[in-house]
Amino acid sequence: MILLRVGVATTMISLAVVLQVAFFPYLAYDGVVPNLALLVVVAAALVRGPEFAAVLGFLAGLAVDLAPPADHVAGRWALALVVVGYLAGRVRNDARTSAVAAIVTVAASSFVGTSIFALSGLVLRDPAVPVAEALQVVPIAIVYDVLLTPFVLPLMMRLFHRLEPRRVAY
Amino acid sequence: MALRHQNKRPSRTVLVLLLLASFTLITLDVRGGDDSPIEPLRSAAGEVFGPVERGTAAVVRPFQAVPEFLRTTGDLRSDLERLEAENSALRGQLATTVVDRNRADELDGLLQSSRSTGYALVPARVIAIGPAQSFSATVTIDAGTSSGVRPDMTVLNNDGLVGRVLRADRGTATVLLVVDAESVVGGRLGSSMEVGFLRGRGIVGNEGSLDLDLVDNSVTPGKDDVLVTWGSKDGVPYVSGIPIGRVTSVYSSPRQLSKRAVIDPVVDFSALDLVGVVVDADAKSDRAVINADGLQAQQSGDTR
Repeated sequence: MILLRVGVATTMISLAVVLQVAFFPYLAYDGVVPNLALLVVVAAALVRGPEFAAVLGFLAGLAVDLAPPADHVAGRWALALVVVGYLAGRVRNDARTSAVAAIVTVAASSFVGTSIFALSGLVLRDPAVPVAEALQVVPIAIVYDVLLTPFVLPLMMRLFHRLEPRRVAY
Repeated sequence: MALRHQNKRPSRTVLVLLLLASFTLITLDVRGGDDSPIEPLRSAAGEVFGPVERGTAAVVRPFQAVPEFLRTTGDLRSDLERLEAENSALRGQLATTVVDRNRADELDGLLQSSRSTGYALVPARVIAIGPAQSFSATVTIDAGTSSGVRPDMTVLNNDGLVGRVLRADRGTATVLLVVDAESVVGGRLGSSMEVGFLRGRGIVGNEGSLDLDLVDNSVTPGKDDVLVTWGSKDGVPYVSGIPIGRVTSVYSSPRQLSKRAVIDPVVDFSALDLVGVVVDADAKSDRAVINADGLQAQQSGDTR
Protein backbone atom coordinates (compact mmCIF):
# COMPACT_ATOMS: atom_id res chain seq x y z
CA MET A 1 0.00 0.00 0.00
CA ILE A 2 2.77 2.42 0.90
CA LEU A 3 4.54 1.57 -2.35
CA LEU A 4 1.35 2.23 -4.27
CA ARG A 5 0.92 5.57 -2.53
CA VAL A 6 4.47 6.64 -3.30
CA GLY A 7 4.09 5.43 -6.87
CA VAL A 8 0.86 7.33 -7.45
CA ALA A 9 2.24 10.51 -5.90
CA THR A 10 5.40 10.27 -8.04
CA THR A 11 3.34 9.67 -11.17
CA MET A 12 1.09 12.63 -10.42
CA ILE A 13 4.02 14.96 -9.86
CA SER A 14 5.83 13.81 -13.00
CA LEU A 15 2.67 14.07 -15.08
CA ALA A 16 2.01 17.57 -13.77
CA VAL A 17 5.57 18.72 -14.48
CA VAL A 18 5.65 17.22 -17.97
CA LEU A 19 2.23 18.55 -19.00
CA GLN A 20 3.21 21.94 -17.68
CA VAL A 21 6.15 22.24 -20.08
CA ALA A 22 5.20 19.99 -22.99
CA PHE A 23 1.44 20.40 -23.40
CA PHE A 24 0.17 23.61 -21.82
CA PRO A 25 2.55 25.98 -23.67
CA TYR A 26 0.18 25.53 -26.63
CA LEU A 27 -2.63 26.92 -24.46
CA ALA A 28 -0.47 29.49 -22.71
CA TYR A 29 -1.63 33.04 -22.20
CA ASP A 30 1.33 35.38 -22.50
CA GLY A 31 3.60 32.45 -21.76
CA VAL A 32 1.85 31.72 -18.48
CA VAL A 33 0.67 28.13 -18.05
CA PRO A 34 -1.42 26.66 -15.23
CA ASN A 35 0.75 25.54 -12.37
CA LEU A 36 -0.30 21.91 -12.21
CA ALA A 37 2.33 20.96 -9.66
CA LEU A 38 0.87 23.58 -7.31
CA LEU A 39 -2.63 22.16 -7.83
CA VAL A 40 -1.38 18.68 -6.92
CA VAL A 41 0.15 20.06 -3.74
CA VAL A 42 -3.02 21.96 -2.81
CA ALA A 43 -5.15 18.88 -3.42
CA ALA A 44 -2.84 16.86 -1.18
CA ALA A 45 -3.00 19.59 1.47
CA LEU A 46 -6.80 19.64 1.50
CA VAL A 47 -7.01 15.88 1.87
CA ARG A 48 -3.99 14.93 3.91
CA GLY A 49 -2.95 18.00 5.85
CA PRO A 50 0.11 20.21 6.13
CA GLU A 51 2.93 17.72 6.83
CA PHE A 52 2.17 15.44 3.93
CA ALA A 53 1.56 18.38 1.60
CA ALA A 54 4.79 20.10 2.63
CA VAL A 55 6.79 16.95 1.85
CA LEU A 56 4.95 16.49 -1.44
CA GLY A 57 5.46 20.18 -2.18
CA PHE A 58 9.19 19.83 -1.67
CA LEU A 59 9.36 16.88 -4.07
CA ALA A 60 7.11 18.53 -6.66
CA GLY A 61 9.09 21.76 -6.44
CA LEU A 62 12.32 19.85 -6.85
CA ALA A 63 10.93 18.20 -10.00
CA VAL A 64 9.93 21.59 -11.43
CA ASP A 65 13.36 22.97 -10.52
CA LEU A 66 15.34 20.17 -12.14
CA ALA A 67 13.32 18.96 -15.13
CA PRO A 68 14.38 20.54 -18.40
CA PRO A 69 14.00 23.29 -19.60
CA ALA A 70 14.26 24.80 -16.10
CA ASP A 71 17.33 26.96 -15.65
CA HIS A 72 16.71 28.89 -12.45
CA VAL A 73 18.52 28.22 -9.18
CA ALA A 74 17.38 24.82 -7.92
CA GLY A 75 15.30 24.84 -4.75
CA ARG A 76 13.25 27.97 -5.46
CA TRP A 77 10.06 26.19 -6.51
CA ALA A 78 10.71 23.63 -3.76
CA LEU A 79 10.73 26.43 -1.21
CA ALA A 80 7.59 28.00 -2.67
CA LEU A 81 5.64 24.76 -2.78
CA VAL A 82 6.67 23.70 0.75
CA VAL A 83 5.15 26.92 2.06
CA VAL A 84 2.07 26.50 -0.17
CA GLY A 85 1.52 22.92 1.01
CA TYR A 86 1.89 23.88 4.64
CA LEU A 87 -0.39 26.92 4.47
CA ALA A 88 -3.08 25.16 2.43
CA GLY A 89 -2.93 22.28 4.89
CA ARG A 90 -3.44 24.63 7.82
CA VAL A 91 -6.65 26.06 6.40
CA ARG A 92 -8.02 22.78 5.08
CA ASN A 93 -10.82 22.46 7.61
CA ASP A 94 -12.27 25.73 6.34
CA ALA A 95 -11.31 25.16 2.72
CA ARG A 96 -13.20 21.90 2.50
CA THR A 97 -16.53 23.41 3.53
CA SER A 98 -17.51 24.64 0.06
CA ALA A 99 -16.35 24.79 -3.54
CA VAL A 100 -15.88 28.55 -3.29
CA ALA A 101 -13.64 28.13 -0.26
CA ALA A 102 -11.56 25.58 -2.15
CA ILE A 103 -11.21 27.95 -5.11
CA VAL A 104 -10.20 30.80 -2.81
CA THR A 105 -7.60 28.48 -1.29
CA VAL A 106 -6.22 27.69 -4.75
CA ALA A 107 -6.11 31.39 -5.66
CA ALA A 108 -4.33 32.25 -2.41
CA SER A 109 -1.92 29.33 -2.84
CA SER A 110 -1.17 30.37 -6.40
CA PHE A 111 -0.53 33.93 -5.26
CA VAL A 112 1.73 32.82 -2.41
CA GLY A 113 3.60 30.26 -4.53
CA THR A 114 4.25 32.49 -7.54
CA SER A 115 5.13 35.43 -5.30
CA ILE A 116 7.62 33.43 -3.21
CA PHE A 117 9.23 32.20 -6.40
CA ALA A 118 9.39 35.71 -7.85
CA LEU A 119 10.67 37.23 -4.59
CA SER A 120 13.37 34.59 -4.20
CA GLY A 121 14.41 35.50 -7.74
CA LEU A 122 14.62 39.17 -6.80
CA VAL A 123 16.75 38.36 -3.77
CA LEU A 124 19.09 36.08 -5.72
CA ARG A 125 18.94 38.24 -8.86
CA ASP A 126 18.18 35.09 -10.82
CA PRO A 127 16.98 36.02 -13.41
CA ALA A 128 17.08 39.79 -13.11
CA VAL A 129 13.41 40.34 -13.94
CA PRO A 130 11.97 43.77 -13.15
CA VAL A 131 9.32 43.85 -10.41
CA ALA A 132 6.72 45.34 -12.77
CA GLU A 133 6.93 42.33 -15.01
CA ALA A 134 6.74 39.91 -12.13
CA LEU A 135 3.57 41.67 -11.05
CA GLN A 136 2.11 41.15 -14.52
CA VAL A 137 2.62 37.41 -14.43
CA VAL A 138 1.21 36.77 -10.95
CA PRO A 139 -2.47 37.71 -11.63
CA ILE A 140 -2.55 35.78 -14.91
CA ALA A 141 -1.11 32.76 -13.13
CA ILE A 142 -3.78 32.99 -10.43
CA VAL A 143 -6.62 33.25 -12.97
CA TYR A 144 -5.31 30.32 -14.96
CA ASP A 145 -4.89 28.15 -11.86
CA VAL A 146 -8.42 29.00 -10.71
CA LEU A 147 -9.82 28.24 -14.18
CA LEU A 148 -8.28 24.80 -14.11
CA THR A 149 -9.28 24.07 -10.52
CA PRO A 150 -12.80 22.67 -11.20
CA PHE A 151 -11.35 20.16 -13.67
CA VAL A 152 -8.26 19.09 -11.79
CA LEU A 153 -8.73 19.58 -8.06
CA PRO A 154 -11.74 17.28 -7.41
CA LEU A 155 -10.10 14.53 -9.42
CA MET A 156 -6.84 14.73 -7.54
CA MET A 157 -8.56 15.09 -4.16
CA ARG A 158 -10.54 11.93 -4.85
CA LEU A 159 -7.33 10.13 -5.75
CA PHE A 160 -5.59 11.26 -2.56
CA HIS A 161 -8.70 10.28 -0.60
CA ARG A 162 -8.63 6.74 -1.90
CA LEU A 163 -4.97 6.41 -1.04
CA GLU A 164 -5.41 7.81 2.45
CA PRO A 165 -4.56 5.40 5.26
CA ARG A 166 -7.73 4.25 7.02
CA ARG A 167 -8.71 6.11 10.16
CA VAL A 168 -10.91 4.93 12.94
CA ALA A 169 -13.26 7.87 12.92
CA TYR A 170 -13.54 10.72 10.53
CA MET B 1 1.12 7.26 11.10
CA ALA B 2 -0.87 5.44 13.74
CA LEU B 3 -0.27 8.18 16.25
CA ARG B 4 -1.77 10.90 14.10
CA HIS B 5 -4.84 12.56 15.41
CA GLN B 6 -7.29 14.61 13.45
CA ASN B 7 -7.13 17.86 15.36
CA LYS B 8 -3.62 17.94 16.62
CA ARG B 9 -1.53 20.96 15.76
CA PRO B 10 0.66 20.19 12.76
CA SER B 11 4.26 19.70 13.69
CA ARG B 12 6.54 22.53 12.80
CA THR B 13 9.54 20.22 12.58
CA VAL B 14 8.63 18.95 9.15
CA LEU B 15 8.11 22.46 7.83
CA VAL B 16 11.35 23.75 9.29
CA LEU B 17 13.29 20.76 7.96
CA LEU B 18 11.88 21.18 4.46
CA LEU B 19 12.49 24.93 4.46
CA LEU B 20 16.08 24.31 5.56
CA ALA B 21 16.44 21.73 2.81
CA SER B 22 15.17 24.25 0.24
CA PHE B 23 17.53 26.95 1.46
CA THR B 24 20.41 24.48 1.40
CA LEU B 25 19.62 23.59 -2.19
CA ILE B 26 19.41 27.23 -3.19
CA THR B 27 22.67 28.07 -1.43
CA LEU B 28 24.48 25.09 -2.95
CA ASP B 29 23.28 26.02 -6.42
CA VAL B 30 24.02 29.74 -6.13
CA ARG B 31 27.46 29.31 -4.54
CA GLY B 32 28.44 26.51 -6.88
CA GLY B 33 27.96 28.60 -9.99
CA ASP B 34 28.60 26.65 -13.18
CA ASP B 35 29.94 23.50 -11.54
CA SER B 36 27.44 23.40 -8.70
CA PRO B 37 26.72 20.07 -7.00
CA ILE B 38 23.14 20.35 -8.31
CA GLU B 39 24.32 19.99 -11.91
CA PRO B 40 24.51 16.14 -11.83
CA LEU B 41 21.00 16.09 -10.34
CA ARG B 42 19.84 18.36 -13.12
CA SER B 43 21.25 16.17 -15.85
CA ALA B 44 19.80 13.09 -14.14
CA ALA B 45 16.41 14.79 -14.17
CA GLY B 46 17.02 15.66 -17.81
CA GLU B 47 17.71 12.01 -18.65
CA VAL B 48 14.46 10.99 -16.97
CA PHE B 49 12.14 13.82 -17.96
CA GLY B 50 13.63 14.44 -21.41
CA PRO B 51 12.26 11.26 -23.05
CA VAL B 52 8.90 11.74 -21.31
CA GLU B 53 8.66 15.32 -22.57
CA ARG B 54 9.64 14.13 -26.02
CA GLY B 55 6.88 11.51 -25.97
CA THR B 56 4.29 14.00 -24.72
CA ALA B 57 5.30 16.49 -27.39
CA ALA B 58 4.90 13.80 -30.05
CA VAL B 59 1.37 13.07 -28.82
CA VAL B 60 0.39 16.72 -28.48
CA ARG B 61 1.91 17.98 -31.73
CA PRO B 62 -0.89 16.88 -34.13
CA PHE B 63 -3.45 18.85 -32.10
CA GLN B 64 -1.27 21.92 -32.21
CA ALA B 65 -1.98 22.07 -35.96
CA VAL B 66 -5.77 22.28 -35.56
CA PRO B 67 -6.09 26.07 -35.09
CA GLU B 68 -3.50 26.60 -37.80
CA PHE B 69 -5.57 24.53 -40.17
CA LEU B 70 -8.73 26.48 -39.40
CA ARG B 71 -6.94 29.74 -39.93
CA THR B 72 -5.68 28.85 -43.37
CA THR B 73 -8.91 27.28 -44.60
CA GLY B 74 -10.29 30.65 -45.68
CA ASP B 75 -7.22 31.41 -47.75
CA LEU B 76 -7.24 28.01 -49.31
CA ARG B 77 -10.91 27.95 -50.19
CA SER B 78 -10.59 29.51 -53.62
CA ASP B 79 -7.73 27.20 -54.40
CA LEU B 80 -9.71 24.27 -53.14
CA GLU B 81 -12.67 24.92 -55.41
CA ARG B 82 -10.46 24.82 -58.45
CA LEU B 83 -8.70 21.75 -57.18
CA GLU B 84 -11.98 20.03 -56.43
CA ALA B 85 -12.86 20.19 -60.08
CA GLU B 86 -9.56 18.63 -60.97
CA ASN B 87 -9.20 16.13 -58.23
CA SER B 88 -11.52 15.78 -55.28
CA ALA B 89 -9.10 13.53 -53.50
CA LEU B 90 -6.64 16.37 -53.22
CA ARG B 91 -8.93 18.22 -50.86
CA GLY B 92 -8.73 15.59 -48.17
CA GLN B 93 -5.02 15.37 -48.61
CA LEU B 94 -4.63 19.11 -48.25
CA ALA B 95 -6.25 19.03 -44.84
CA THR B 96 -3.67 16.69 -43.45
CA THR B 97 -0.63 18.06 -45.19
CA VAL B 98 -0.81 21.65 -44.01
CA VAL B 99 1.42 20.89 -41.07
CA ASP B 100 3.78 18.68 -43.01
CA ARG B 101 4.12 21.34 -45.64
CA ASN B 102 4.85 24.01 -43.07
CA ARG B 103 7.47 21.78 -41.60
CA ALA B 104 8.96 21.04 -44.99
CA ASP B 105 9.12 24.78 -45.62
CA GLU B 106 10.90 25.23 -42.31
CA LEU B 107 13.38 22.50 -43.17
CA ASP B 108 13.86 24.15 -46.56
CA GLY B 109 14.51 27.41 -44.80
CA LEU B 110 17.00 25.73 -42.50
CA LEU B 111 18.76 24.28 -45.54
CA GLN B 112 18.81 27.74 -47.04
CA SER B 113 20.26 29.32 -43.92
CA SER B 114 22.89 26.61 -43.72
CA ARG B 115 23.77 27.33 -47.33
CA SER B 116 23.90 31.09 -46.84
CA THR B 117 25.82 31.04 -43.58
CA GLY B 118 28.02 28.06 -44.33
CA TYR B 119 27.45 26.47 -40.94
CA ALA B 120 26.61 22.81 -40.40
CA LEU B 121 23.32 22.41 -38.55
CA VAL B 122 21.78 19.60 -36.54
CA PRO B 123 18.02 19.86 -36.98
CA ALA B 124 15.93 19.58 -33.81
CA ARG B 125 12.38 20.15 -32.62
CA VAL B 126 11.21 22.15 -29.62
CA ILE B 127 9.50 19.70 -27.26
CA ALA B 128 8.98 21.71 -24.07
CA ILE B 129 8.73 25.37 -23.18
CA GLY B 130 9.46 26.84 -19.76
CA PRO B 131 6.47 28.57 -18.09
CA ALA B 132 6.43 32.35 -17.70
CA GLN B 133 5.96 31.84 -13.95
CA SER B 134 9.58 30.72 -13.80
CA PHE B 135 10.66 34.03 -15.40
CA SER B 136 13.23 32.41 -17.65
CA ALA B 137 12.87 31.92 -21.38
CA THR B 138 14.16 28.41 -21.96
CA VAL B 139 13.03 25.55 -24.18
CA THR B 140 13.93 21.88 -24.49
CA ILE B 141 14.90 20.50 -27.89
CA ASP B 142 14.91 16.83 -28.88
CA ALA B 143 18.59 16.63 -29.84
CA GLY B 144 21.28 15.94 -27.26
CA THR B 145 24.86 14.80 -26.95
CA SER B 146 24.13 11.72 -29.07
CA SER B 147 23.36 14.08 -31.96
CA GLY B 148 26.52 16.09 -31.42
CA VAL B 149 24.91 18.91 -29.43
CA ARG B 150 27.05 20.36 -26.63
CA PRO B 151 26.67 23.29 -24.26
CA ASP B 152 27.40 26.77 -25.65
CA MET B 153 26.42 26.00 -29.21
CA THR B 154 24.42 28.47 -31.26
CA VAL B 155 20.79 27.65 -32.00
CA LEU B 156 19.01 29.26 -34.95
CA ASN B 157 16.03 28.69 -37.17
CA ASN B 158 15.21 29.75 -40.70
CA ASP B 159 14.49 33.31 -39.53
CA GLY B 160 17.52 33.98 -37.40
CA LEU B 161 19.12 33.58 -33.99
CA VAL B 162 17.15 31.59 -31.40
CA GLY B 163 19.62 31.24 -28.54
CA ARG B 164 22.35 29.03 -27.20
CA VAL B 165 22.55 25.58 -25.67
CA LEU B 166 22.82 25.71 -21.88
CA ARG B 167 23.21 22.02 -21.16
CA ALA B 168 22.83 18.85 -23.14
CA ASP B 169 21.72 15.41 -22.00
CA ARG B 170 21.84 12.28 -24.10
CA GLY B 171 18.62 12.85 -25.99
CA THR B 172 17.58 16.39 -25.13
CA ALA B 173 19.14 19.80 -24.61
CA THR B 174 18.07 23.00 -22.87
CA VAL B 175 18.26 26.17 -24.91
CA LEU B 176 18.42 29.69 -23.47
CA LEU B 177 16.45 31.99 -25.78
CA VAL B 178 17.94 35.38 -26.61
CA VAL B 179 14.84 37.09 -25.13
CA ASP B 180 15.69 35.70 -21.67
CA ALA B 181 16.58 38.37 -19.12
CA GLU B 182 19.96 36.70 -18.51
CA SER B 183 20.91 36.42 -22.16
CA VAL B 184 23.50 38.81 -23.54
CA VAL B 185 24.44 38.62 -27.21
CA GLY B 186 27.07 40.62 -29.04
CA GLY B 187 25.39 42.26 -32.01
CA ARG B 188 26.56 44.25 -35.01
CA LEU B 189 24.50 46.87 -36.80
CA GLY B 190 24.18 45.95 -40.44
CA SER B 191 24.48 49.50 -41.78
CA SER B 192 27.38 50.91 -39.75
CA MET B 193 29.10 47.70 -38.53
CA GLU B 194 28.99 49.19 -35.02
CA VAL B 195 28.95 46.64 -32.23
CA GLY B 196 26.81 46.52 -29.12
CA PHE B 197 25.25 44.23 -26.56
CA LEU B 198 21.74 42.86 -26.77
CA ARG B 199 19.91 42.02 -23.60
CA GLY B 200 16.64 40.15 -23.39
CA ARG B 201 13.70 41.36 -21.35
CA GLY B 202 12.42 37.98 -20.30
CA ILE B 203 9.17 38.29 -22.28
CA VAL B 204 8.53 35.54 -24.81
CA GLY B 205 5.20 36.65 -26.28
CA ASN B 206 4.49 38.98 -29.16
CA GLU B 207 5.89 42.01 -27.38
CA GLY B 208 9.12 40.14 -26.65
CA SER B 209 11.94 42.46 -27.59
CA LEU B 210 15.63 43.06 -26.93
CA ASP B 211 17.50 46.10 -25.68
CA LEU B 212 20.62 47.19 -27.52
CA ASP B 213 23.46 49.05 -25.81
CA LEU B 214 25.99 50.32 -28.32
CA VAL B 215 29.65 50.41 -27.38
CA ASP B 216 30.23 53.68 -29.26
CA ASN B 217 27.75 56.16 -27.86
CA SER B 218 28.09 58.63 -30.71
CA VAL B 219 26.35 56.27 -33.11
CA THR B 220 22.61 56.49 -33.59
CA PRO B 221 21.10 53.33 -34.98
CA GLY B 222 18.55 53.95 -37.70
CA LYS B 223 15.06 52.54 -37.66
CA ASP B 224 14.73 49.14 -39.38
CA ASP B 225 18.47 48.68 -39.19
CA VAL B 226 19.29 44.96 -39.17
CA LEU B 227 21.33 43.42 -36.38
CA VAL B 228 23.47 40.34 -36.89
CA THR B 229 25.53 38.41 -34.35
CA TRP B 230 28.99 39.73 -33.81
CA GLY B 231 30.40 36.28 -33.05
CA SER B 232 32.88 35.12 -30.45
CA LYS B 233 36.12 33.19 -30.51
CA ASP B 234 35.64 29.77 -32.14
CA GLY B 235 31.92 30.47 -32.42
CA VAL B 236 31.33 29.85 -28.70
CA PRO B 237 28.64 30.53 -27.67
CA TYR B 238 27.50 32.49 -30.74
CA VAL B 239 28.71 32.19 -34.30
CA SER B 240 28.85 35.38 -36.33
CA GLY B 241 26.60 36.72 -39.06
CA ILE B 242 23.25 35.34 -37.89
CA PRO B 243 20.39 37.86 -38.13
CA ILE B 244 18.90 38.74 -34.73
CA GLY B 245 16.34 41.48 -35.34
CA ARG B 246 15.49 44.97 -36.51
CA VAL B 247 15.68 48.30 -34.71
CA THR B 248 12.16 49.50 -33.88
CA SER B 249 12.89 52.57 -31.77
CA VAL B 250 15.86 54.48 -30.42
CA TYR B 251 15.94 56.53 -27.26
CA SER B 252 18.56 58.20 -25.16
CA SER B 253 18.30 59.13 -21.54
CA PRO B 254 20.11 62.15 -20.09
CA ARG B 255 21.48 60.01 -17.29
CA GLN B 256 23.13 57.54 -19.58
CA LEU B 257 25.64 58.54 -22.19
CA SER B 258 25.02 55.68 -24.56
CA LYS B 259 21.94 55.43 -26.73
CA ARG B 260 19.59 52.54 -26.31
CA ALA B 261 17.64 50.90 -29.06
CA VAL B 262 14.78 48.45 -28.91
CA ILE B 263 15.16 45.47 -31.20
CA ASP B 264 12.30 43.38 -32.54
CA PRO B 265 13.66 39.85 -32.96
CA VAL B 266 13.16 38.22 -36.37
CA VAL B 267 12.34 34.90 -34.72
CA ASP B 268 8.78 34.37 -33.46
CA PHE B 269 9.57 32.87 -30.06
CA SER B 270 5.99 31.97 -29.25
CA ALA B 271 5.81 29.68 -32.30
CA LEU B 272 9.19 27.97 -32.20
CA ASP B 273 9.22 24.51 -33.73
CA LEU B 274 12.08 23.41 -35.95
CA VAL B 275 15.48 24.79 -35.01
CA GLY B 276 19.05 24.05 -36.01
CA VAL B 277 22.07 23.73 -33.73
CA VAL B 278 25.34 24.92 -35.24
CA VAL B 279 27.89 22.11 -34.96
CA ASP B 280 31.34 21.51 -36.40
CA ALA B 281 31.18 20.41 -40.02
CA ASP B 282 32.75 17.05 -39.11
CA ALA B 283 30.70 16.51 -35.95
CA LYS B 284 29.63 12.99 -35.03
CA SER B 285 25.87 12.82 -35.01
CA ASP B 286 23.22 10.13 -35.03
CA ARG B 287 21.02 12.17 -37.35
CA ALA B 288 21.56 13.79 -40.70
CA VAL B 289 23.52 17.01 -40.42
CA ILE B 290 22.50 19.86 -42.72
CA ASN B 291 25.63 21.12 -44.41
CA ALA B 292 26.23 23.95 -46.80
CA ASP B 293 26.15 21.39 -49.61
CA GLY B 294 22.92 19.76 -48.49
CA LEU B 295 21.99 16.88 -46.24
CA GLN B 296 24.77 14.60 -45.24
CA ALA B 297 24.57 11.22 -43.60
CA GLN B 298 27.26 11.47 -40.98
CA GLN B 299 27.59 7.97 -39.70
CA SER B 300 28.39 6.18 -42.93
CA GLY B 301 30.39 9.15 -44.06
CA ASP B 302 28.98 9.18 -47.61
CA THR B 303 28.12 12.54 -49.10
CA ARG B 304 25.17 13.04 -51.37
